[in-house]
Amino acid sequence: MSDHEYTPKSRVGKWFNDRLPLLTLANHLTDYPTPKNLNYWWTFGGILTFCLITQIITGIVLGMHYVAHADLAFQSVEHIMRDVNYGWLIRYVHANGASMFFLAVYIHIFRSLYYGSYKSPREVIWIIGMLIYFLMMATAFMGYVLPWGQMSFWGATVITNLFSAIPLVGESITNWLWGGYSVDNPTLTRFFSLHYLFPFLILGLVVLHIWALHVPGNNNPIGIDIKKPSKDTVPFHPYIVIKDAFALLIFLLIFAFFVFFSPNILGHADNYIEANPLVTPAHIVPEWYLLPFYAILRSVPDKLLGVIAMFAAIFVLVILPWLDTSKVRSTVFRPIYKQFYWFLVADVLILGYVGAMPAEGIYLLIARVATAYYFAHFLLILPFLGFKEKTTPLPLSITEPILGGSPDMAMARDNSNYKEKL
Amino acid sequence: MSDQEKKKPNRRDFIVTATTAAGAVGVGAVVWPLVDQMNPDASVKALASTEVDISAVEPGQSITVLWRGKPVFIKRRTQDEIDSARAVDLSELKHPEKDEDRAKNPEWLVMLGVCTHLGCVPLTDKGDYGAWFCPCHGSHYDTSGRIRKGPAPTNMEVPKYEFVNSNTIKIG
Repeated sequence: MSDHEYTPKSRVGKWFNDRLPLLTLANHLTDYPTPKNLNYWWTFGGILTFCLITQIITGIVLGMHYVAHADLAFQSVEHIMRDVNYGWLIRYVHANGASMFFLAVYIHIFRSLYYGSYKSPREVIWIIGMLIYFLMMATAFMGYVLPWGQMSFWGATVITNLFSAIPLVGESITNWLWGGYSVDNPTLTRFFSLHYLFPFLILGLVVLHIWALHVPGNNNPIGIDIKKPSKDTVPFHPYIVIKDAFALLIFLLIFAFFVFFSPNILGHADNYIEANPLVTPAHIVPEWYLLPFYAILRSVPDKLLGVIAMFAAIFVLVILPWLDTSKVRSTVFRPIYKQFYWFLVADVLILGYVGAMPAEGIYLLIARVATAYYFAHFLLILPFLGFKEKTTPLPLSITEPILGGSPDMAMARDNSNYKEKL
Repeated sequence: MSDQEKKKPNRRDFIVTATTAAGAVGVGAVVWPLVDQMNPDASVKALASTEVDISAVEPGQSITVLWRGKPVFIKRRTQDEIDSARAVDLSELKHPEKDEDRAKNPEWLVMLGVCTHLGCVPLTDKGDYGAWFCPCHGSHYDTSGRIRKGPAPTNMEVPKYEFVNSNTIKIG
């Protein structure tokens, strides 16, 4: 928080601000001191906010035309596509927007993993972020059910059946979730209601996420604590605003490519067949952004343990700030962790790939190895590495290495002339 | 406050405890309808049974009917299929059940066509046991609908049913 007292210039502004300090808040957000070395990986927070707003606006519009009923939902989606003015555009933006949202959130999460943004004093930001991510998955899953196609129906069946793995009460819980003895109209209507609600919960959590961020301030690519405001910082407006805006434009190019040239490539053709409770599609796969977790689920031969492993895969992320014992935040100064970081990236991509493949033969074997490695990374490698790894010396501030030459990471790393100061 | 005073409950402690207890009961009474409204409603429960005409089913054929929104397989088994189901040693089974208990009338196997793993509909006449195979996560079932291979934990469920007459089965 900026310490200086802010007084609006106009008398009306002052009168209003004395009663509700909104202008003080706006001033805090514009003047907010930001590390000057933030790179483009830091622009995804803004991009994600844009994605959330886009999903909410297009979703509200779609809700004006969609009918949440098992007999009418599929027709109403086709009605949106064919009859409603610009309905095709709004639906394609919404459907591809979900994928773009997840693309951005995965980059955002892996940026945190690389630069140690989850570490003290930012644990609460990270945990709120994980809650947002979990709600995003729930929202996306329920949204995918609404068109009531074959993938909608059978995806809903498989995911809700995860709860039947719970001993003793599993069946009661699934019947309660369904409002019947199978996925049917009561399931559809409640999913619609919750799909409408959850984005607003996410919005609330985003406010908390940003609030929690503004207490310690941004982490930065070299991960050291900085004085604020100082030579190491620039005001959020205009510096970060313009950088975020430029990154958003590039992101929108990719977004628009999917919407206008390849709107169905991220979906499944089966979802253009109306839901049929008597026929399961030959090959059920969730949307791409859930594939790594799906691979973990299928890699365990026991039903209950598979479900536990899948939820544990998310839970290890929540407790990550306490699993990573290294005090050094940025991977730039962690030569060994850097290699493990890229192993993890590869591991998650492999899990995503095998999640899309049939669960048999070599794919099953790969999924099992990758699942074991995923957990080993968080539960064995990270806690151990913090004690064993010899990190390279940290620079004293952002500005000092840069004043010596270019703002290159190598400069920050090659800080031999600071060693004596340390 | 001294320790002695702390230990002695006074009238205010009583009021606080009583108010909290009454509040908890009140919250529970309000929350329960909000939770229970999601359970299967009266109209869903009313569709509890269905009658099926099986006169046209030839030996070896299988039909699928919808009961409570779920598929039910009604298979008229051949003698070979019955024999192979009855020949299995129970110790080989993940979920040991005698075929005699699953199909009271050995010719007719009636069971929920729902894979006990994650609820997909298995394909008929497929898989390693020539009976049912679930394409979702690779569970193989035998000619008695018992799980033999794959992630499903139990055999396919046999619902409550009865023969109304030789041509009609009432499920539920």
